[in-house]
Amino acid sequence: MTKKAAKSTKKAAKAPIKKSMTGAEALVKCLENLGVEYIWGLSGGAAIPIFDALVGSKIKLILVRHEQGAAHIADGYARATGKPGVVLVTSGPGATNTVTGIMTAQMDSVPMIVLTGQTISPMLGKDAFQESDIFSITIPVVKHSYLVKKANDIPRITKEAFHITNTGRPGPVLIDLPKDITQGEFTGKTLDPEMDIPGYKTADKGSLKDIKKMAKLFNASKKPLLLVGHGAVLSGAHQAVAKLARKLNAPVTNTLLGKGCFPETDPLSLGMLGMHGTAYANKALVGCDLICSIGSRFDDRINGKNDEFCVGAKKLHIDIDEAEIGKIVEPDAYCVGDARLIVEELVKHVNPLDTEEWLKEVKFYKKEFPLKFNDDKGLTAQRVLFDLQELTKGDAIISTDVGQHQMWSAQFNLSTKGERWLSSGGAGTMGFGFPAAIGAQFGCPNDLVVAVVGDGGFQMTLFELATVFIHKLPVKILVIDNKYLGMVRQWQELFFENRLSGVDLEGNPNFIKLAEAYGIKGVHIDDPKHCKTRLKEALDFKGPVLIHAEVIKEDNVFPMIPAGRSASQMIIEPPTTKLEKPTGST
Amino acid sequence: MAKKKKDIHTISVKVANKPGVLLRCAQVFARRGYNIDSLVVSAGVNPKYSRMTITAQGDPETLEQIIKQTAKLVDVLHCEEHTGADSVTREVALLKLKSSAQIKSAITKHKRKYGLKIVDEGEGAIIIEQDGTTEELDEFEELMKKHGIIEMVRSGKLVMALGKEPT
Repeated sequence: MTKKAAKSTKKAAKAPIKKSMTGAEALVKCLENLGVEYIWGLSGGAAIPIFDALVGSKIKLILVRHEQGAAHIADGYARATGKPGVVLVTSGPGATNTVTGIMTAQMDSVPMIVLTGQTISPMLGKDAFQESDIFSITIPVVKHSYLVKKANDIPRITKEAFHITNTGRPGPVLIDLPKDITQGEFTGKTLDPEMDIPGYKTADKGSLKDIKKMAKLFNASKKPLLLVGHGAVLSGAHQAVAKLARKLNAPVTNTLLGKGCFPETDPLSLGMLGMHGTAYANKALVGCDLICSIGSRFDDRINGKNDEFCVGAKKLHIDIDEAEIGKIVEPDAYCVGDARLIVEELVKHVNPLDTEEWLKEVKFYKKEFPLKFNDDKGLTAQRVLFDLQELTKGDAIISTDVGQHQMWSAQFNLSTKGERWLSSGGAGTMGFGFPAAIGAQFGCPNDLVVAVVGDGGFQMTLFELATVFIHKLPVKILVIDNKYLGMVRQWQELFFENRLSGVDLEGNPNFIKLAEAYGIKGVHIDDPKHCKTRLKEALDFKGPVLIHAEVIKEDNVFPMIPAGRSASQMIIEPPTTKLEKPTGST
Repeated sequence: MAKKKKDIHTISVKVANKPGVLLRCAQVFARRGYNIDSLVVSAGVNPKYSRMTITAQGDPETLEQIIKQTAKLVDVLHCEEHTGADSVTREVALLKLKSSAQIKSAITKHKRKYGLKIVDEGEGAIIIEQDGTTEELDEFEELMKKHGIIEMVRSGKLVMALGKEPT
């Protein structure tokens, strides 16, 4: 948890209790006391008492257009601010529509509170109108959840939920609230009761013995590589990681979600590694004699073929979640706890290393295998994102969707600070990028927020254009339109003899007119020559803009390590021979 | 019995007695394709907590993940695997057999060795309670099969760690 977030959850002021209060009123009071600024929601019968209690509250209720939008908005807010996002929906379909958003947050360890209305308690399990067993449905995708049985339990449950969601390894918490409970009388004595979660463990600073064991391996290394993940961002380990890298003189690579923990503009940074990571990061992965993961879980998009991952290298693992240790990679040394605290201690025990030769080798990879693109065939997504980088210099909050544009954005939009890069990594949820950008803009009203989305994913949640318009959010929506579900098309081209199946987005709307229909300005780009000026014009505009970048239809993301292969089998240039079908997970 | 004994694991879980905790624990096993053979849940001395004993089959690597993922659940205080060396296990079975002179003499013969108790003798049927280790229950079941077992229910394994510390 970041310091910022810790402060906000500790704010729980002790407000005097009104003489007569409903469960819903008690809930809203608790949320206010916990420092909640916004609730994103969509109303419905079973949730009316809660919506009613929000009338006159200092919490701003934002009405969205679809519950999935609410969940991703809350997620984006949380990723950008470190504070949990709060969602309020009704029972039945309202609740089930949040499931994708909850799963997305769970996969990426994002704090989120989901409040669901529920049918009245006596009707539970009787197939009441709009009844869904959301408690059971979401068990595999929440960090924790509650079905409230008594109004007087609301303060304890709310307090526990906020504690659980943003301590240890963050994750979403769902509270299911039957209508008779929220409508019924609250007769509790306090809104700030003791928590009752004896089984819950938060993170600590890790064992000194474990840290010393890691330091010993570092001190014997000649070619160390640091791998930073989302956990390092979440724990605010930025400075500690930088200190460690500089003391060791070690190159640093990052996962998709670890972007910004260590500045990607730093000479020691290799940018993102993995399936579509930079060639030099993947070459370093093959060449290193020690790899230390700081808050990453060795996702299969990083490891590829597990038994060929960093063969011969010592593997070190720092993670807040003990279950991650040995899940994919059996480490030679590890430490369980908060990444920042562990790295701060680790720095004290490592020696400055002589890595001159190693850095030379890495530098050679960087020079020999740079990221590249050209404008020969017309406007490419890479050109657009390259120009975006030139204009923003890593200062914008970038929220991506999922697919080719996401990988290109990860390659070209270098992050220099944490909490500025929002992307659905674990879940790979199309439709995430645009609403997440809205959440980030709510949380950071003075920052430039750019949603980098594809034409496919954008159409999954574009109804939140209304939310952008109503709240005058100056979000810049950059639609990279290649009229295909591009990543799948790429796989079909490379591995399935170019048999295209279910990827042609024929029938796309006129995106400019679509934006205008919602009262939002549209800017069209289709020429590499004008790309930067048009982009600048859009970014400088004070309100929301949809930038429609019509790019060449057929383009592939390289480098690429086919799923299930090792980093040594990376494809850097477009292949000329037929490739075997990938055997990895997806 | 000739079951693959190597792959059967006995796991104890101490949980806070909260709604849904059983569902959460079962889901950790189910998601990883682990079959639960038996599951016993009961409140502890302090009714705020419950103890589960789970026997399950599967490979040890997956089991390690399951134990860690179960231990991570908010309502779980701890989760451990037990081996024969560090714990005692017991199981109870009820068997309904056709009443006959042959059966009765078999019961008398095996009474002491297998910890048998006749709990009901009705018309044409006899209900026996057996208390012992899983292996003893398996053996006795095998012996009785030739006489024809009408019905059998088993409690599932209970485990308790040896020594003065709680399991």
